[in-house]
Amino acid sequence: MAEDGRSALPIIYCGVCTFPPEYCEFGGTLQKCKTWLNVEHPDLYDKLYSEDALAKATEGLSLEKQEKVEREIQKLQAKEANRAEKELKKKLSSKVVVKRVERSKRKHVIAVSGVEVFGIDPKKLAKTFASKFATGASVTKNLEGKDEIVIQGDVGDEVEEYVSDLLEEKGLDGVKVERTEDKPKKKSQG
Amino acid sequence: MFKKFSAKDDIHSRTNVKSSVQRGLKLKLIEQFPKLENVIDEIIPKKGQLVVIKCTDKLSLYAMDNEVLFYQHFDDPFVPSLKLIHKFADCFPSVTVDRGAIKFILSGANIMCPGLTSKGAALPDENLPAGTVVAILAEGKETALAVGKLIMDTDEIKKVNKGIGIEVGTHLGDGLWSLEVE
Repeated sequence: MAEDGRSALPIIYCGVCTFPPEYCEFGGTLQKCKTWLNVEHPDLYDKLYSEDALAKATEGLSLEKQEKVEREIQKLQAKEANRAEKELKKKLSSKVVVKRVERSKRKHVIAVSGVEVFGIDPKKLAKTFASKFATGASVTKNLEGKDEIVIQGDVGDEVEEYVSDLLEEKGLDGVKVERTEDKPKKKSQG
Repeated sequence: MFKKFSAKDDIHSRTNVKSSVQRGLKLKLIEQFPKLENVIDEIIPKKGQLVVIKCTDKLSLYAMDNEVLFYQHFDDPFVPSLKLIHKFADCFPSVTVDRGAIKFILSGANIMCPGLTSKGAALPDENLPAGTVVAILAEGKETALAVGKLIMDTDEIKKVNKGIGIEVGTHLGDGLWSLEVE
């Protein structure tokens, strides 16, 4: 029958920047992209980055334009590297707060906040807590407008353990998990 | 259009498409892109379940198996997603832009006529009327980098060579590209 329009090469996307490999230079992570491509698809690497391929691509541009293009690519990469660094620093400096709140005299709930910075989906985590501790867990917005996971019952210790394990798995074991108590209810007399 | 698009905030609902509506959609797609006729059953198989995702601003995304195939703003013509164009490059009309424009397109700019008429660029020989959805390729690259709608006929672009030629709908790396549909 007629062709299905598929080119001979199945479409491969770079593992680092998710673009097609020929656009990696615009993604800001060119070095990592190149290493990835060299490992995964050496034939494509040769095709794109070999000596003559580079020569052909730049032959249309005059010498100064070539240098300008080089400088711009370097600037982009530096920007991306800075951004990645800042994000990492932010991640390391933020902490997960496990707060114990009193609901009534004998009952407490645990409020876990600050999980999203680490790329953890609060809804999924809430579901895991609910099944793990056989109790209710939900995601609400706290006073600061951030998402908070509220777990019924006094399970603070287990939560702390679980969260630190989870973070370790992700490779972020420098992070602190802070325990606090909240006693907002004070019946003033007189 | 998808510069700021996050799955959490902008998606309102997700519903299955009725098979009668699905059939109608396929016919409309073939009408818009005649070359799709041979492959439409590969893209949207008869037994496949098409899902329509409604988003802010009267925007609907049509997806199948967690991959967005087309999108539609109001009742405008359908726009194929970049990933679909990568798979079936021959089915969609395309234009080529100058290498220098790539950087700007990837940050969401529209395409000016000079970018389509300069040395590295290419426009099809036969006229494409304004309003046609085209794939945007780049000088020296094999895969499309963006999808857009023609603001002027290609003949007009060649003649006048001033002003916006193509309005870019989606490009590599924008909100739609990075969208993860559950």
